[in-house]
Amino acid sequence: MREVHVNEIKEAVKKLVMDTEYYLPEDFVSALKQAVNKEESEVGKEILQTIIKNAEVAASEKVAYCQDTGYPVFFVDIGQDVHITGGDITQAINEAVSQATKEGYLRASLAYDPIFSRQNTGDNTPALIYYNIVPGDKIKIMFAAKGGGSENQSKQAMLKPADGLEGVKKFVLQTIANAGPNACPPFTVGVGIGGTFDYSAVLAKKALFRKIGERHPDPRIAELEEQLLEDANKLGVGPLGFGGTITAVDVKIEIAPCHIASLPVAVNIQCHAARHKEVEI
Amino acid sequence: MSQPKKIWTPLTDEVIEDLRVGDRVLLSGVVYTARDAAHKRMLEEYEKTGKLPFDIKGQVIYYVGPTPAKPGQVIGSAGPTTAYRMDKYTPKLHQLGLKATIGKGWRGKEVKEALKKYKAVYFAAYGGTAALLSKHIVGVEIVAYEDLGPEAIRKLVFQDFPVVVANDIYGGDIFEEGQKKYRKLVV
Repeated sequence: MREVHVNEIKEAVKKLVMDTEYYLPEDFVSALKQAVNKEESEVGKEILQTIIKNAEVAASEKVAYCQDTGYPVFFVDIGQDVHITGGDITQAINEAVSQATKEGYLRASLAYDPIFSRQNTGDNTPALIYYNIVPGDKIKIMFAAKGGGSENQSKQAMLKPADGLEGVKKFVLQTIANAGPNACPPFTVGVGIGGTFDYSAVLAKKALFRKIGERHPDPRIAELEEQLLEDANKLGVGPLGFGGTITAVDVKIEIAPCHIASLPVAVNIQCHAARHKEVEI
Repeated sequence: MSQPKKIWTPLTDEVIEDLRVGDRVLLSGVVYTARDAAHKRMLEEYEKTGKLPFDIKGQVIYYVGPTPAKPGQVIGSAGPTTAYRMDKYTPKLHQLGLKATIGKGWRGKEVKEALKKYKAVYFAAYGGTAALLSKHIVGVEIVAYEDLGPEAIRKLVFQDFPVVVANDIYGGDIFEEGQKKYRKLVV
């Protein structure tokens, strides 16, 4: 059994968090560059160029791309042949987030309780961590800094099986149109179809980690992704909602089996601060 | 694209009357920050004491919670947050003399009505371009609610901070007008 000390995880996560905040994923930046040529609106083109410049400045000066440095969300795949030593992995991840927040000059963006005091936790902990046990002797840590503006525009619906494909399409496109300028397009749209009420949303979030342009292995889902992307860009929302032909740079769908009575659909909107990154230990 | 108008805070009725949806503006001078928690506290206090933490007449509120400044920086990354969350509080602040807000995204009907009634505008800054926008902020000082951390009220000094008039006193809306031109699908 392979042993991994928590300190190794902590150091890796700290770097992962800071790097994610400063450097947008390369596949996303190149999608933005292609979008400049495809965008028909002059204002839209100018906005896309400003966004690209912002990415360049954030990377070269090592400053946060967006002041909303996001809710720290982790998907951790732990190989079943790994033995974690030296302490508690959840604690190690939270310590890494706290240190990255302070040493990386990130904004503290979490409120301790949602209803009453709404007091800031001060260091972006506790992070949201989804653990998964997988075969092998590696630990894969996927991290997203999820901004509040786009998360607020995300939606879930328990459709009827009779609503079918058309119902799903309509719900996804309505969610994108309603998100509009509030959620900082161009978007990456994560869609989870199936599972349960809660799991559809997890699938939608996980879908956001896929590379831009990487299609679902099921050709029917891949076709739906392409069709939804094409339709999303007909909605007219455009860069930052000022109107245009680039509303989304990609739509990514994940599916799961569901109850015979249900058709859960979740849409997780990702703004242009598409900050996610992963590391393997 | 139109040439940007250079304007200085505090703002007067004359300046506001001259602004039209889509105008590009380079804003300079003192601007105050406030977002969700500061708005809530500010208006709760106003209900009790009849006072606000700063003189709001002619002023501008920027909806932002910046990141901490790195050594050598005036302020950290400082882009706009979504404006509609402050809609509940905005008409009252305009009634008390606030002349403009800066944020991103749509405003509700009540805010648009308040803009007409009290002669004020809503500026949109480019959301998510926080590393660039912070370069137009040359001064920062916390003036109230320090315990709110990133949500404390800060007095900023802008220098040619780029914004666009999103809602004016004549009822225009940049997002509705802009999107209509490119909308080929209604859902």
